[in-house]
Amino acid sequence: MDTFLWVVFPYLCLATFVVGHLWRYRYDKFGWTTRSSQLYENRLLRFGSPLFHFGMLGVVGGHVIGLLIPTAWTDFLGIDDHAYHLVAVIGGLAAGIATVVGMVILIYRRRTVGPVFSATTNMDKVMYAFLGAVIVLGMWNTIAGSILNLGGEYNYREGVSVWYRSFLAFQPQPELMATAPIGFQLHAFVAFVLFALWPFTRLVHVFSAPLGYLTRPYIVYRSRSTDRLGSTPPKRGWDRVG
Amino acid sequence: MRVMAQMAMVMNLDKCIGCHTCSVTCKQAWTNRAGTEYVWFNNVETRPGLGYPRRYEDQDQWEGGWVRKRNGRLALRAGGRFKKLLSIFSNPKMPSIEDYYEPWTYDYETLVRAPASDTFPVARPKSLLSGENMSIEWSANWDDNLAGSGEHAATDVMLKDIGEKVKLEFEQTFMFYLPRICEHCLNPSCAASCPSGAIYKRSEDGIVLVDQDRCRGWRMCISGCPYKKVYFNHKTGKAEKCTFCYPRIEVGIPTVCSETCVGRLRYIGLMLYDADKVLEAAAVEDDHDLYESQRSVFLDPNDPQVQREAAASGIPLDWVEAAKRSPVWKLINTYKVALPLHPEYRTMPMVWYIPPLSPVVDIIRDTGHDAEDKGNLFAAIEALRIPIGYLANLFTAGDIGPVDAVLRKLAAMRAYMRDINLGDEGDDAIAEAVGMSGTDMYEMFRLLAIAKYDERYVIPTAHAEQAHALEELATDCPVSEYGGGQQDLFGEGSGTPTPVAVENFRMLQDRQTADHMPENPMKGRVNLLNWDGKGRPGGLFPAREEEDRR
Ligand code: SF4
Ligand code: SF4
Repeated sequence: MDTFLWVVFPYLCLATFVVGHLWRYRYDKFGWTTRSSQLYENRLLRFGSPLFHFGMLGVVGGHVIGLLIPTAWTDFLGIDDHAYHLVAVIGGLAAGIATVVGMVILIYRRRTVGPVFSATTNMDKVMYAFLGAVIVLGMWNTIAGSILNLGGEYNYREGVSVWYRSFLAFQPQPELMATAPIGFQLHAFVAFVLFALWPFTRLVHVFSAPLGYLTRPYIVYRSRSTDRLGSTPPKRGWDRVG
Repeated sequence: MRVMAQMAMVMNLDKCIGCHTCSVTCKQAWTNRAGTEYVWFNNVETRPGLGYPRRYEDQDQWEGGWVRKRNGRLALRAGGRFKKLLSIFSNPKMPSIEDYYEPWTYDYETLVRAPASDTFPVARPKSLLSGENMSIEWSANWDDNLAGSGEHAATDVMLKDIGEKVKLEFEQTFMFYLPRICEHCLNPSCAASCPSGAIYKRSEDGIVLVDQDRCRGWRMCISGCPYKKVYFNHKTGKAEKCTFCYPRIEVGIPTVCSETCVGRLRYIGLMLYDADKVLEAAAVEDDHDLYESQRSVFLDPNDPQVQREAAASGIPLDWVEAAKRSPVWKLINTYKVALPLHPEYRTMPMVWYIPPLSPVVDIIRDTGHDAEDKGNLFAAIEALRIPIGYLANLFTAGDIGPVDAVLRKLAAMRAYMRDINLGDEGDDAIAEAVGMSGTDMYEMFRLLAIAKYDERYVIPTAHAEQAHALEELATDCPVSEYGGGQQDLFGEGSGTPTPVAVENFRMLQDRQTADHMPENPMKGRVNLLNWDGKGRPGGLFPAREEEDRR
């Protein structure tokens, strides 16, 4: 069971994540968008969306640090455990609260503003459920585990993080996850479901973060392509002559 | 010198009757889909009036276009790249649907379905966004023909400096129509604002397009365009804009709005320009100099050196020939009667306008004077500071001089042609009073008044060996409806887009030049994008009554 939960299932989700994105990019570039609803409503969005997104950037950054950087490295830099956790908890709480507040505003908006609600697809609803669950569980772990110290002392940097790195290195150590507190287990599990759903939701827009804008020239010039004429690629077997 | 070619348009505002045919046919061709209900690539505004979206010209509010920084460089008014990326999660300057209008339909079904009763059933308006009942309070053209102008017109942004006077003299009101499409600017701020780089300017003909496969819905172009001519398709989550009907232009036929224009007031032709000078010209210090500086960017296609440079830049010979015959070049540079719309936005717009003399003429006629007499007209142009100031705010960033000069030319043309129409010799003194020769004046009159299709639209086809390729489109199946793909899963419009052109444009071009109509040319399916103005494809017009009776 542990092998399925913390080896087979995560790899399945990861594979879906990767292959799904390739497929979606190949066949649905047109559907690859943020599907912004700002046109419908701006008063709530103006606060909710930046709160959520900037909070989320913080959360993702925190996860990258927490999961990918081994304790040995921070020890080497002379950062002791206490200092590390203080920074992590404060940073995590700030980002987490921004995310949750933003999310609450956005979900309230999505439900109550007529045009926004009717522009919500079923896939959006599923995605919101899982995303919300992941965020709430994550917040719970931070608050319950690190602040209230419910369920005893647990240092995820010796458990979950090591497992995650072993997972990415294709040498998974499921026993590390199996002994983690239930809150962490649930958070990781739901997160992997979300990863599997990811390529099929509007979350794909994360991978379009337009950083190239900072360096490209302002005005883009393009020729009508010469390798392909008209607006559709030629069908197979209809090669050009001459 | 880097020569580039630009497809450009001039509209002669005196001839616009405000019929909105251009808007409607454009909508039929391009934006009659879910998600684009409120989108008008072409719209016709009554001026003075608010425009569409409401008060779009107030750049203090919307922050579209460019500004000149103190160091003489251009910057996007809404802020640079970092600021754009930081505000990407909620664009603070994006107009909301209320600034356009909430699209609606009527619940016609109750008319048919309602049970018998003493009162008539009513088709209530339903919002196309939420499906709820709604009350209609605004729309794309609410202030058409100065409707409600007592309330609205005074808030017209262009009345800013002359507002007081206008309120005092509102009895002497004036009015004209301003049809607008995307300006296909030489220095487009929409493209500069797009974080994804999805908006591009075609290097062949300068048409500005949104790559639907690369647009990610960041909405920065919508606020970046000072003319508010990029719209957000709220179903597909992508930006869409006027395409200058590029599939038609590629085979040498004019845009749908021009083709169907009732007043025949639109001119399409090529302009050659020096791409290296654009930025410098857009950054001149004084707003009033922008009109002249933009004109200085254009290159004379008759100049042998320009021709050599054009060849070096890869512009085909037939395009240079077309540029020589371009009516747009004549109106902008030879006769100098066309002016750019809002040069002060510094995007170097390429749809220019011949300002209307009609506000002046109307007032003279209303006072019982001879509205074709040169003296009366000149005196009126002198006296009517309000309409002139208003036109200057629209076309020359408030500089009265060029507007004054154009109106004088138009007035002189009226007077000059009156003599000829009455069978007299034209009085060359009239022409010379505005710095033209009698022959020029007559030629200008011909171009403005009676020019035929071939003279109004001088459009070279996309380079010949490329044009035949458009035939390939005819093999597409038009049955696969817009979007296709996995609508439920990813939202409307997912999947590969249906190409805009589903008919054979080469065939269209042949029809265009044929002497008579083939039978049943369109197989009963009316696609206005492909309609060339000839014949009556079935289903386009209601059946004629006599035919019915027979
Ligand atoms: S008018 Fe057209 S080309 Fe110019 S900035 Fe607006 S959308 Fe872009
Ligand atoms: S079709 Fe021509 S005359 Fe009619 S509103 Fe449009 S531009 Fe004006």
